Amino acid sequence: MEARVLSPCGVIGSGFPESSFERGLSMKPHVIACDGGSTDNGPAFLGAGKPNFSRSATKRDLKLMLQGRKSLDVPMIVGSCGTGGGDAGLEWMRDICLEIAREEGLSFNLALVRGEQDKAYLKKKYKEGRIRALDPAPPLDEDIIENSAHVVGMMGDEPIARALDQGADVVLTGRASDTSVFACHPVRMGADRGLSWHAAKILECGAACAVHRARPDGCFAWIRDDHFVVEPLNPQMYCTPQSVASHTLYENTDPFYITEPAGVLDTSRSTYSAESERAVRVAGSEFHTAERYSIKLEGAELVGYQSVIIGGVRDPMILKQLDSWLDGIREGFETRVQEIFPDRESPPAYQLTIRVFGRDAVMGTLEPEADRIPHEVGVLFEVTAEDQVSANTMAATLAHFALHYPIPEWGGLISTLAFPFTPAELEKGPVYRFNLNHVVYPDDPYEMFPTEAMEVAN
Amino acid sequence: MATLGELAKLIRSKNAGPFNLTFDVMFDEEETYRRVVASNVLTKEVFCRLYNLAEENVLLVHHDAARAIKISIPRPVFSCDLEDSDCYGGQQFGPLVNLEVPDP
Repeated sequence: MEARVLSPCGVIGSGFPESSFERGLSMKPHVIACDGGSTDNGPAFLGAGKPNFSRSATKRDLKLMLQGRKSLDVPMIVGSCGTGGGDAGLEWMRDICLEIAREEGLSFNLALVRGEQDKAYLKKKYKEGRIRALDPAPPLDEDIIENSAHVVGMMGDEPIARALDQGADVVLTGRASDTSVFACHPVRMGADRGLSWHAAKILECGAACAVHRARPDGCFAWIRDDHFVVEPLNPQMYCTPQSVASHTLYENTDPFYITEPAGVLDTSRSTYSAESERAVRVAGSEFHTAERYSIKLEGAELVGYQSVIIGGVRDPMILKQLDSWLDGIREGFETRVQEIFPDRESPPAYQLTIRVFGRDAVMGTLEPEADRIPHEVGVLFEVTAEDQVSANTMAATLAHFALHYPIPEWGGLISTLAFPFTPAELEKGPVYRFNLNHVVYPDDPYEMFPTEAMEVAN
Repeated sequence: MATLGELAKLIRSKNAGPFNLTFDVMFDEEETYRRVVASNVLTKEVFCRLYNLAEENVLLVHHDAARAIKISIPRPVFSCDLEDSDCYGGQQFGPLVNLEVPDP
């Protein structure tokens, strides 16, 4: 048994050298797979349905992958299309794919597996008690589901495998577990699940398992009966047992137990040894099937619209009473806001967030040195309101109000903030938040992920 | 006396999903890794004192194959919420860098 998997790069659109990819093709993969999304970049991508990488960078990578796939006649899978993995992202990737096919004269069977979730379905599951909060999780009720901008489910390997079983050459998916995209075809070929999922965990970040990843690049895996081997595609990069072992640390809470829809990948007994100067052999990884199949949900909701102000403080008199000065601004501004919307019965609701860079802006409550008085600080004021015009209106007033907000030590008008530019306020646009860290128990691995097959003929 | 930052190959922090933070302290040499683990310079107790956290929410793991000490905590503020100021969680490891490790 040997299943060979080519991962061109950690995320489509981040790029990879053509020479690396060619080398990957020469090693005769059974499947080419790539991840296309993440929650790492924040909720705005899912919320607004906008991709993180540009269309042209994505098209460049996808074109090479489609051409490579054709040259070997093997399946190709791109997961979590368009960063958030909602319908907008999947359709964006589909359109790029169809455009390339037209321009390059490529024909193939295309399958789209959707990951965006229907709110009525989720509310029904919630009522049935079949949505469970992970720890920690924001609160959940039916209104929160209803008010989400978009919710996606993170699909397992099964819906992708089914699309391949039905004859797809190219599968584009909505939100999928990063690993599903890579484990899917080896598992389908009959490879060991523990080894396949562990290999997938390493493959999903491209060349990130190498000792020095000089630039985004790819990685190759050979999954065999009782071990798998990984090697970076670029001959100038190499893996060591430590570099591969440490890859399970990255972005995981627990490095030994990694939860997937169908169970848990257990790497606690995995062994790592050098296969060559560049390749590493891994054995002993196990997959424990869970009692209940679960799908992780990701949701984004609109919080409001922001306008922000950046200013610096160098006055030692203000710095030694910074918190009380900022509290004074916060309170005084609350009164001032009443005056600037004379046409409204009451002023619009807003939230004012103030961060002090140079003191505790980076770490907040985790900062152990928050009580030190710095010689200068940067202050970031963020006004969040229900519409952009209100946020802009309030921020413009706040900039002026804070600029001249007095302290008792100085008599006469003072200018308290160094603005690096004017107007001091910047329109930041809509802001989203993640509103779900929950799993749903579906009846089967497929019901949340409808597939649409199409024949692309050029 | 050397600092953890001088002995480690890499000290980093990162989101583990939007709701958790994870810290990796990794070493090149087996001997250095063993020395730091044995010194008890970085334990759950030390970490909680530095970050002002309760121990029950902290997971600390020694990963021998990776020669790494790994610590995971729930985020005090979820990634990209209004009050969050480190969306990727990449700059939360600072207080670990200057911890002093006694000579062996």
